[in-house]
Amino acid sequence: MESNYSIVGKEAQGLSSLQKMGIFVFVVGLIGLIQIVTNSFLEKTSVSKIDSYAWYISGSFLLQIIGVFMFTYSDNHLSIRSFYGKQLNGIQKISLAIGMAGFGVFVASWLGFITSMHTLYLWLTLGGMSIGILGYTYGSYAHHPAGIKNNHVWHNSLTGRGILGWIAGIVLTLFYIEIYWFPEYLEGLIRLFDPVSYLITGSAASQWFVYGTVYTFLIIFLGIKFIYKYRHNRYQLIRTLSVIFFQAVFAYAVPHILESFNDYQGYFQKDLKNVWPLNYGFVESYQMDAMANNGVSGTFFFIWGVILFLVVTPFLTYLVGKRWYCSWVCGCGGLAETAGDGFRQLSSKKMVAWKIERWVIHLVMVFVLIMSVAALWPYFSGKDYEIGFATITQSGYFYFVFGLSLLSSIGLFLLFRKFNHSMLMVGAIILFIISLFVGAAYIFDLKDVFVINSKSIKKVYGFLVGAAFAGVIGVGFYPILGNRVWCRFGCPMAGYMGIFQRFKSRFRITTNGAQCISCGNCSTYCEQGIDVRAYAQKGENIVRASCVGCGVCSAVCPRGVLKLENGPEEGRFEPNPLVIDKDGVKLNL
Amino acid sequence: MIIIIGNGISGVTAARYIRKRSDEEIMIISAESKYFFSRTALMYVYMGHMKFEHTQPYEPYFWDKNRIQLKEARINKVDTEKKQLITDNGEKIDYDKLIIATGSKPNKFGWKGQDSIGVQGLYSKQDLELMERNTTGIKNAVVVGGGLIGIEMAEMLLTRGIKVDFLVRESHFWNSVLPKQDAELIMRHLTKHHGLTMHYSTELDEIHPDQNGRVESITTKSGNKIDCQFVGLTAGVSPNVDFLKDAGIEINRGILVNEYLETSVKDVYAIGDCAEFRQPIEGRRPIEQVWYTGKFMGETVAHTLTGEKRKYQPGHWFNSAKFFEIEYQTYGLVKNKLDENHSEFVFEDSENEILLHFVFEKKTEKFIGINNFGIRLRHPLFNEWLNTEATIDEVISNLASANFDPEFYKKYEPQVIEAFNHKFNKNLTLSKGKWWQKLIPA
Repeated sequence: MESNYSIVGKEAQGLSSLQKMGIFVFVVGLIGLIQIVTNSFLEKTSVSKIDSYAWYISGSFLLQIIGVFMFTYSDNHLSIRSFYGKQLNGIQKISLAIGMAGFGVFVASWLGFITSMHTLYLWLTLGGMSIGILGYTYGSYAHHPAGIKNNHVWHNSLTGRGILGWIAGIVLTLFYIEIYWFPEYLEGLIRLFDPVSYLITGSAASQWFVYGTVYTFLIIFLGIKFIYKYRHNRYQLIRTLSVIFFQAVFAYAVPHILESFNDYQGYFQKDLKNVWPLNYGFVESYQMDAMANNGVSGTFFFIWGVILFLVVTPFLTYLVGKRWYCSWVCGCGGLAETAGDGFRQLSSKKMVAWKIERWVIHLVMVFVLIMSVAALWPYFSGKDYEIGFATITQSGYFYFVFGLSLLSSIGLFLLFRKFNHSMLMVGAIILFIISLFVGAAYIFDLKDVFVINSKSIKKVYGFLVGAAFAGVIGVGFYPILGNRVWCRFGCPMAGYMGIFQRFKSRFRITTNGAQCISCGNCSTYCEQGIDVRAYAQKGENIVRASCVGCGVCSAVCPRGVLKLENGPEEGRFEPNPLVIDKDGVKLNL
Repeated sequence: MIIIIGNGISGVTAARYIRKRSDEEIMIISAESKYFFSRTALMYVYMGHMKFEHTQPYEPYFWDKNRIQLKEARINKVDTEKKQLITDNGEKIDYDKLIIATGSKPNKFGWKGQDSIGVQGLYSKQDLELMERNTTGIKNAVVVGGGLIGIEMAEMLLTRGIKVDFLVRESHFWNSVLPKQDAELIMRHLTKHHGLTMHYSTELDEIHPDQNGRVESITTKSGNKIDCQFVGLTAGVSPNVDFLKDAGIEINRGILVNEYLETSVKDVYAIGDCAEFRQPIEGRRPIEQVWYTGKFMGETVAHTLTGEKRKYQPGHWFNSAKFFEIEYQTYGLVKNKLDENHSEFVFEDSENEILLHFVFEKKTEKFIGINNFGIRLRHPLFNEWLNTEATIDEVISNLASANFDPEFYKKYEPQVIEAFNHKFNKNLTLSKGKWWQKLIPA
């Protein structure tokens, strides 16, 4: 009586030799990317001018996927005919067929088969996919009482890292690689979206217009699916309406409307909610130029960008934790919470993953800081920057960066004295060194703050972090590594807010006394890979830099143990389990 | 060397606390699995919410790091004179101190046909594997028993598209624990689940196997015949102590222990589901088969074994469960039948499946306990109210601070206090929700 799904599954083991080889293969793939970016760096040219760059890029990502495959391989892989497939009801099957037909049109135009009647086919693809998603949602959840709907998540080939999951991961990865480096292969798809583009912006579509449209489409419709799935939970409902709103209005509609203004003189990032350092384009010289040359709106975007980073972000993160951004506002987070919801369980909860996370995300933070300071230095050294009524001189820029890095360094050092956490000391030293570099560059009037050519640093960052990490791995690997790979391991904005959330914030996830039964639902469904149970079963509050406050741990808990809340900082780190002492069980408060 | 038989929550908690407090050599022996897993999560593995590895609270390296040896073996015999354990393949293991934490096994009440293929309980990892095999490709199942494991099993089977007939001996669900009105809330909720047919006041009479020995139907005591290919027996569990028959340790239903969790034999202790108190704590049962009590017993015995002899004092009763979509918590003691000197107040919003069942003393109005369904409440705060013998008025007025529901959830406190004032002719006002720790004096 063998079945084609795992009987019960195995016990967790230490790393096998296959897994170790997987890590090795992944790292080789990573080195491939670093290799090509180093070449472009040394030859002072863009990546696409390097010999056989197509091979480098596709080969590197292929190796990374193979590495991850080896790492996650287990002998009870789910086939397409997984257990879940046999459970589909009529509505689900019809909706799947309609949705797949819509996606089929999408793929057909991607492959260049559709060359005319774009309006019709565009309606067919968007209509088919939206009806498919809505119908499937209805078929899945309507006939069950409201509540947690995780049945067969691990039996489903798509969400249980089965064959469908791998196919989806590879297709997504391919899509991202083509968008970033080979848009010519997307020509058919880009033309398909021309009608919409003419309608909204009055010009032909680019690959980025297609990307933005599909992105927004997915957040809206899979957001509706998410809301219906969690319809018993008002935190999830309001939060998801929020991410849909910010994507549809702030990231999609407003920038396109602004773009069609007459006085537009050059491109700058018009997404009001996109904060540096996530929005690293903020420090690009052409964006700085565009903002200076765009009158009131340009000035407004410049000042807002600085305030958002310096004032709004720390303040809101202090009040409610970084969730105000990550799971309520952010576009990356928005996609992860809606389109990526089905993959949240795939994030690794192992201690080793946490260690890698801490190193990688903070290195990216250092990288973006160095990149930004370096990129802006030559910009300000040539001429004064006039924006609105203000003029920023080189000295002004120097005092700003020098003061800010020195103050942050002192701030981290003080936190280190309080918490005795070595990472804080490392951060303080790095910021101090950066301020030394800036000081030296100012005194000796150097062109490049960090000696290395600053344009090259910017290019390396754009390629390795902006495209390869945030895009290809960040979203392409959703069905394989979970929906928050970028947010967890890469996003410098998340890292910045994480420091506040961990050390200076009112936010925590409270554990309800001793009610935890260690079942592990919370850890399994934590998209950020936090081992929530490890805290809950000890009665400790969860205070972690990486928590994005999605609230799903609290939602899936069968015993009412977890609550996201903001409260006094006092007692935030104290465990509150029921402990036994001489007088019997007592609360340790 | 301290040896612990059984790697469930009790045994593992004991091992962890012994390690925290001493450098003693520790070994945990289990025939069920190499690593500790959360038994309460087995249902989620079957339903596909989790993989088995997710039920393991500690990664494999944890045991090496904490120098806790794990041995996979079944203990057949305990020789308390030689202080020796004998495994099923004859291996002998010496101990200095022995902690027995072997848990429970599902009850079988001698029904005819109870050993047919496709008839089983659900307790261990092996039970889950068996259930996976037993339920592959079947259409109908019968679940016997009116408690927590039964309802979990019904929920599991329904996710596989298997129709379930649920036989409950009593007229109400979980009758031994829940007051009638509370049980009725659950019973109404159960009717919302397609494929589930409840049979109250119905007892299993006989299980009928086919010619291959596999169950094909059952009959009830009232003569009703139900076709099925699987029978889940969930009429409670009893201590798993058969291997101790000749060990010279005093056993009643469970291993008899005193308040220090000591058995009748020196250096042998028993904790968790398999232990039975000679003198149960007032108001509590002699055998406590709950996750939390296992944890407390493990912690208690660890103190005793590391030089700080301690009585088992688990404090105020609390528990929790989930019945399909309805979450349940309880703090203090709410009995299925109200004591004479007690009074009760029940708030119910049946449309939203919310129920709060307060019990307090008639004369002093001292708060005794609460059953809450559909609303989460704060454990530390209720524990404090029980400690300080708070009145029902104090509890009701401060309910907003005790609310543990996620943010933005609908609040019921104004309705609760209004109904309370109306029923008892009082004039309480609802205190604004305060940060809960402010209500607990330092």
